[in-house]
Amino acid sequence: MSESGAAPELAGVPVARRGLGGDRRRRLIMLAVVAVASLGLPLLGTNYLLTAATLALYLAYVGQAWNVMMGFAGQLSLGHSLYVGLGAYLAAGIFVHAGVGPWASVWLAAVACGAVGAFVGLLAFRLRIAGVQLSLLTIAFAELARIGFDHIDALGGPGGLFLPVADRNHLDLLAFRGPPALYYYGMLALAAGALALCALLLRSRAGYYWRAIREDEAAAEAVGINTFRWKMFAVVLSSAMTGVAGTFFAFYNNSLFPEQIFGFERSVEILVGPVVGGLGTLFGPIVGAVTLVVLGDGTTELLTRAGIDLPGVRQGIHGVLLLLVTIYLPDGIWPPLARALGFEARRI
Amino acid sequence: MSFLQVQDVSKAFRGVRAVEGVSFEVARHTITALIGPNGAGKTTLFNLIAGALPPDRGKIALGDRAIGGLPAHDVCAAGVGRTFQLVKPFAGMSVLDNAIVGALRGERTVAGARARAVAVLGMLGLTGKASLLASRLTLADRRRLEVARALATRPSLLLLDEMMAGLRPTEIDELLAVLRAVQREEGLTILLTEHVMRAVMALAQQIVVLHHGQVIARGLPAEIVRDPAVLDCYLGAGEAEGGSPAESPVRSQQGQDD
Repeated sequence: MSESGAAPELAGVPVARRGLGGDRRRRLIMLAVVAVASLGLPLLGTNYLLTAATLALYLAYVGQAWNVMMGFAGQLSLGHSLYVGLGAYLAAGIFVHAGVGPWASVWLAAVACGAVGAFVGLLAFRLRIAGVQLSLLTIAFAELARIGFDHIDALGGPGGLFLPVADRNHLDLLAFRGPPALYYYGMLALAAGALALCALLLRSRAGYYWRAIREDEAAAEAVGINTFRWKMFAVVLSSAMTGVAGTFFAFYNNSLFPEQIFGFERSVEILVGPVVGGLGTLFGPIVGAVTLVVLGDGTTELLTRAGIDLPGVRQGIHGVLLLLVTIYLPDGIWPPLARALGFEARRI
Repeated sequence: MSFLQVQDVSKAFRGVRAVEGVSFEVARHTITALIGPNGAGKTTLFNLIAGALPPDRGKIALGDRAIGGLPAHDVCAAGVGRTFQLVKPFAGMSVLDNAIVGALRGERTVAGARARAVAVLGMLGLTGKASLLASRLTLADRRRLEVARALATRPSLLLLDEMMAGLRPTEIDELLAVLRAVQREEGLTILLTEHVMRAVMALAQQIVVLHHGQVIARGLPAEIVRDPAVLDCYLGAGEAEGGSPAESPVRSQQGQDD
């Protein structure tokens, strides 16, 4: 198995390159182009385009949040709809009952979801629940919430919680109500913020420690990493970030149903993006989300316009994409795409 | 003078006594080899010292600090670095990043850790492979990376578990030279387990022999290879006649096997 002096054999294999000057400049130019395009999109777009772009940004954001836990720290959650739902119901409940807008409640949602994440993490990591069992535990908590919220009458129960209908042409920043562009820019800011935060974290001690834990927990302990503490950090950050997305979802969607928001499909929807885009990479969740929306929702829209009504075509396309990527691009779309664009994507 | 102290340490797994009443000491800046047949309890003892397992009983101390029963990350912080018999590189990370993870133990910033990592990779002869993914390394280089990563944490005691297993003779010679140099430069105390006797004889100043979880002999290498108890259990019965137990200064603790 082992060969010594194997340098020639290593030519052409993927290497983890870093900090090349030209690479960095190309990266910055790409980022600038994407940033300008993102900022200018509402100017040229139809409402449909804006809706699709907002959805893509939403998926990119929650994908980024989920990626912190699974992609970086290697802890698989299949129940992230729990945090979307909690964040959504918390902010919507406060708005409906107390009239307080999301600028205050979003913090509460982040803290509350972080706390619930901490509870799940504490339970799992203290009882040494890992891998498949951890995933099942996260599903169980999401299901518990789904059933539990059916019985909370103050939040509408199974009949749903509805936010007062707003005039879409009137901009009310305080209550986060207004035209589609408001939600687009709100989601753009969240997605960009999450990207910046993750980029920063990956370059810091946290990034190195999470990746070490993901690769080998015993070895991580042996080099002095308190793996429990750093796994908890990943889970709490990931769930808090996802809770923020939930708050956005409530004010964007205006109606919440336990069956939908805590549903398993929503948890899966969150993770398909980063897996298709590139697990554990910084740009994977974004590339994955855009791919899913363009192919999934784009096809649905084209079919609808052609007068063909095919329910479930979106999920079907997601499934096929997942299948193709798993078989042909096990590292996701982003790493080979980045190479094609001329810079090396590190699987971070 | 003793730096690592292991006193009457025991560990059983579901009634099987893997390590039973083991005591020995390692002097500062020396290399001690822990040898014994397969299943003698060497790796278990390593895991007890490194904090991967808590001992059922007994005391383990590094200097004047008790480390027995501490979690592995605290044992590392106390100054114990280790390698794994079955190498555990952070496979999806570069060789440099592997070393940086180790170096972050003693460094406040990532930049500081990177400098330390670069230096350690240099010592281990891995500079040219720093940007490779760890999964792409040969077994010999993975073993070096294990040492580099442990060394990066700035340990005072280094535990090396079966470093030479599966390596070619030339690779063993190279690694021996590297280990000697590293031990000198970093002022390390080393405890190692090893099946390759050539490596043991080349490195160790003291040998501790384990059999059925108990220490049956400890002493200088030249004495251990003549010790009848050792020859009997480890190097094969029948050759023991050549030894002269009366003259052997080895403190032989005959195992009370049950």
